[in-house]
Amino acid sequence: MSALTIAYILLFYGAALVFVIGLFYRIFKYATTPAPLKIPTTPAPLNQRGVVFRLFWEVVFFRSLFRSAKWIWLFGWMFHLALFVIVLRHLRYFTDPVWAPIELIQPFGIYAGFVMSVGLIGLWVRRFSVARVRYVSVISDHFMLVLLLAIVVSGLAMKYVVHTDIVAFKTFILGIMSFQWVSLPGTGAGEAPNVALLIHLFLVAVLMLIFPFSKLMHAPGLFFCPTRNQIDNPRAERGLRSHESRHVAQWALDSESVGKSGV
Amino acid sequence: MAKFETPALKEYLEMPASLKKDSMVHSGPFVAAPQHQEPLGFPGELVDNWQDVAIEKMGELLGKYRSLRVFLDSCVKCGACTDKCHYFLGTSDPNNMPVARQDLFRSVYRRYFTLGGKLFPKLVGAVKLDEGVLDQWWSYYHQCSQCRRCSVFCPYGIDTAEISMAAREIMASVGKGQKYSNEIIAKVFKIGNNLGLPEPALVDTMEGLEEDVKDETGVAVRYPVDVEGADVLLVTPSADFFAEPHVDGLIGYGKVFHQAGISWTVSSYASEAANFGMFVGSYENMRKIALRIRKAALDLGVKRIVFGECGHAWRVAYSFLNTLAGPFDFLDSKYPVPQHIIEVTHDLIKRGALTLDKSANDDKRVTFHDSCNVARASRMGDMPGGQFILPREVIKACCSHFFDMASDTIHDSTFCCGGGGGLLTDDLMELRVKGAMPRMQALKDVTERHQVTHLAAICAICKSQFSKVLPYYGFTMDQVVSVHQLVSEAIVLGAKD
Ligand code: SF4
Ligand code: SF4
Repeated sequence: MSALTIAYILLFYGAALVFVIGLFYRIFKYATTPAPLKIPTTPAPLNQRGVVFRLFWEVVFFRSLFRSAKWIWLFGWMFHLALFVIVLRHLRYFTDPVWAPIELIQPFGIYAGFVMSVGLIGLWVRRFSVARVRYVSVISDHFMLVLLLAIVVSGLAMKYVVHTDIVAFKTFILGIMSFQWVSLPGTGAGEAPNVALLIHLFLVAVLMLIFPFSKLMHAPGLFFCPTRNQIDNPRAERGLRSHESRHVAQWALDSESVGKSGV
Repeated sequence: MAKFETPALKEYLEMPASLKKDSMVHSGPFVAAPQHQEPLGFPGELVDNWQDVAIEKMGELLGKYRSLRVFLDSCVKCGACTDKCHYFLGTSDPNNMPVARQDLFRSVYRRYFTLGGKLFPKLVGAVKLDEGVLDQWWSYYHQCSQCRRCSVFCPYGIDTAEISMAAREIMASVGKGQKYSNEIIAKVFKIGNNLGLPEPALVDTMEGLEEDVKDETGVAVRYPVDVEGADVLLVTPSADFFAEPHVDGLIGYGKVFHQAGISWTVSSYASEAANFGMFVGSYENMRKIALRIRKAALDLGVKRIVFGECGHAWRVAYSFLNTLAGPFDFLDSKYPVPQHIIEVTHDLIKRGALTLDKSANDDKRVTFHDSCNVARASRMGDMPGGQFILPREVIKACCSHFFDMASDTIHDSTFCCGGGGGLLTDDLMELRVKGAMPRMQALKDVTERHQVTHLAAICAICKSQFSKVLPYYGFTMDQVVSVHQLVSEAIVLGAKD
């Protein structure tokens, strides 16, 4: 096994570890930090079912964004939808046998690559051309778009520019997953290294590494956002009139018992 | 105060042509003196190691409020909110774009609480908390009326109001509090209301109202104070006791209760619906004020609590009261706790318990201003969006000529009056006038299209703010009316036939 293969295997174990632990740590923090007050942005749903619908519309169609900024919505939605299809397409590298629905969408994955590029470029152009957005952008905001774009482009390059032995590549991935490592295609003796593949994989690892520390946390964040996930029911239930079902955080209860003044 | 230019009202609401960086950095409220700070549990003046204290406080708040933590991490700088804030639209100062306002906080958060910010501050826009940053916080967190308009339009529901509240709490905790709000809170603790109106004066005022109504209508409508055993405790903003046009609303509440045969009282101990504890972001102070209402309800032995016309007060009442001062198991379980006066009146109208003569308001062509905190942070009635429907139905039951402003400026897209969130003070006059521009634009539009003459509101702050800023835009201060003033005009007193 070449040094390059070993380096990539280690990189991916490291990236996966950071990604999973980091993500879970952040989500754990969100879940365990109390939301002491009812602050849904109203009009808000009056029951849990309604909240599921509200979040569904937000997650799948970016409803609020659609209301506020049509261009950002268009590019953003293109990019995310395409990303979703692309991720599904890539499942074929991780599963054996490949599920039928995943087989079916394979051709769409390629179109999605182009759609995603257009979406990303659109967002990036806005970041430069609209003074308001330029004002709030810092290097990391540009970097994130460039990183994603580079991942898509290097991915498409493997389809159209440099031939990649995907059968061998799948064996490599499955090997990582089952701890039975094999060589990365294009790293054997006498083989020409597949630069597009190397770049693509490296950038994906980078993405995984920075995900938990970056604004990409907006993905889990949305589900924990009190303005969107709370039910509008502060006075609905008779039960709210008893101590047990008052919506009140533990820290607030603690301070209540300390500062018994005023009553 | 420095001279400033009132923004011109155009044909349509226009995006600022260019960003005027720092054009509002000079605008900040007076700093609280020790006697305003200390009763609230804040240090009298800026403490020596304020940076450390501030960062520690920030850490504490991050552990207490999920909203803060999630909002600070989630923003993708998409820019969707950048043109949604009335203060940005009115001032063109880029730091009044909601995301930029958040970033003043976020950049400090990143520097001290995130790995990226500790390792590569430049790349992710992380900064140390220093005097310059504190000054910026002071200016721009007092240019947010906590109206939540940005939160409606953000794809992740990020509510800049939450961040403003946290920033203000941190500043107050290091000894730099806002004079206007803190002085008022201290007055509530000492006397019971924002205006510092003591019990005898309150009784006097209410007796005066009884006489006025008697003179005008010949009917003895009661305006009771501290009556034990009344059914309803009315908690209303203290401005209702004498400011114009607020007091006309209070007269209206009294007439409604009178006609419906509901016994009611105000309390001199809890003679204030407003709760500025929310504006300064202080849970403890907000709770202390809310507990006064609980105590008054218990002492007077009432069955229901009804709130008068006030925006943020209704938010604190509707959304927070059970949390802060519950449980209210001692009240009559037939009624929601608490109720809004609009809900009471609306219900009575629906049941045919009031006789209303619309022609009494025929001289008026009315539009309605949705107050931010009612529109985006609370509800009325039993369906989502009832807060938009009920007040309009009450108005329409009282006047023949009602016209809504443009659809992107009402309901949950409503524009703030420009004076909410603890900014209703003369030291922020320039900001208040400029921030009112989008609302004034919409008002001008209905004035031209439908010859609207009056702007009805259900918030004490909105009413005061409009009275003050309307003249800057070529309107007159008496064009703003209370919704219950319209009820008061239309209601036919006396026995029902
Ligand atoms: S709309 Fe939300 S995510 Fe977009 S820039 Fe504004 S605060 Fe950030
Ligand atoms: S809450 Fe209102 S005032 Fe504050 S930033 Fe958002 S839109 Fe502006």
